[in-house]
Amino acid sequence: MADLQLLLWLSIVLFALGLVGVMIRRNALVLLMCMELMLNAVILALVTFSLKTATLSGTVLVFLIFVVAAAEIAIAIPIVLQLSRQRRSLDVAGYDSLKG
Amino acid sequence: MSLEQAVLYFFCACALAGGVLMLLARHPMRVALALIAVMLSLAGVYAMVGVHVVAVFQVLIYVGAVMVFMVYVIMLLDLRDPSFLERYGRLLVPALLLGTLLVGALGMSATRLGGAAARAAPSYLIQPFSAEFLHSYWLHFELTSVLLLAAVVAAIAVIKSGRRNDG
Repeated sequence: MADLQLLLWLSIVLFALGLVGVMIRRNALVLLMCMELMLNAVILALVTFSLKTATLSGTVLVFLIFVVAAAEIAIAIPIVLQLSRQRRSLDVAGYDSLKG
Repeated sequence: MSLEQAVLYFFCACALAGGVLMLLARHPMRVALALIAVMLSLAGVYAMVGVHVVAVFQVLIYVGAVMVFMVYVIMLLDLRDPSFLERYGRLLVPALLLGTLLVGALGMSATRLGGAAARAAPSYLIQPFSAEFLHSYWLHFELTSVLLLAAVVAAIAVIKSGRRNDG
């Protein structure tokens, strides 16, 4: 199997694992980590395609995505902290009053 | 099979094993450690295909900043609640079905692409990358600092508004 195919398959499987994790796990922090796994899988796909097209802009885009991921986690963690302080629990099943 | 190929396969297998462990582990700390293993293996994959810049950023930013923050919060919030004792919610079977469907659908389109050997051009080394990055993309680089500042302000605002509601 060629390398490109291998990396694409790895990224697809990691993305699916992250999606399944977001759907089945109950802990809010574990949900956040599964989202990080999905983001990592997408970055792997981006790097693979930028290798295929042999352009440098893909790498620059990966750097910018890393910064956005750091900013995202810096916002998400305080929100989870507030939720757990109000509900005394990290179980997402207890957050059902957030429904619109 | 050359040695490089074998190391690449090894890192891919480690990443897959870490991803599966993330779904199976019960305590969030173990999930975090599995995620760190996935990220380090992906950094190894990036290094093996020659994208050293991304490998370095993966270790420094993801493992060094994001996951350290995550582990710190897990230690801060070590509550005993049902989400620790029962791993899975109600959507277990539909989620697994959806996951396999997704892998099948995306995999079909991936096999159609055909594969060349993925090896990076020399322009992916640190020096050409930095020159190009700070020459052509300096505006984007500066804009990321604005984004980080906005994130810091937003995080402080979230914490402050929560305090006001408590009191």
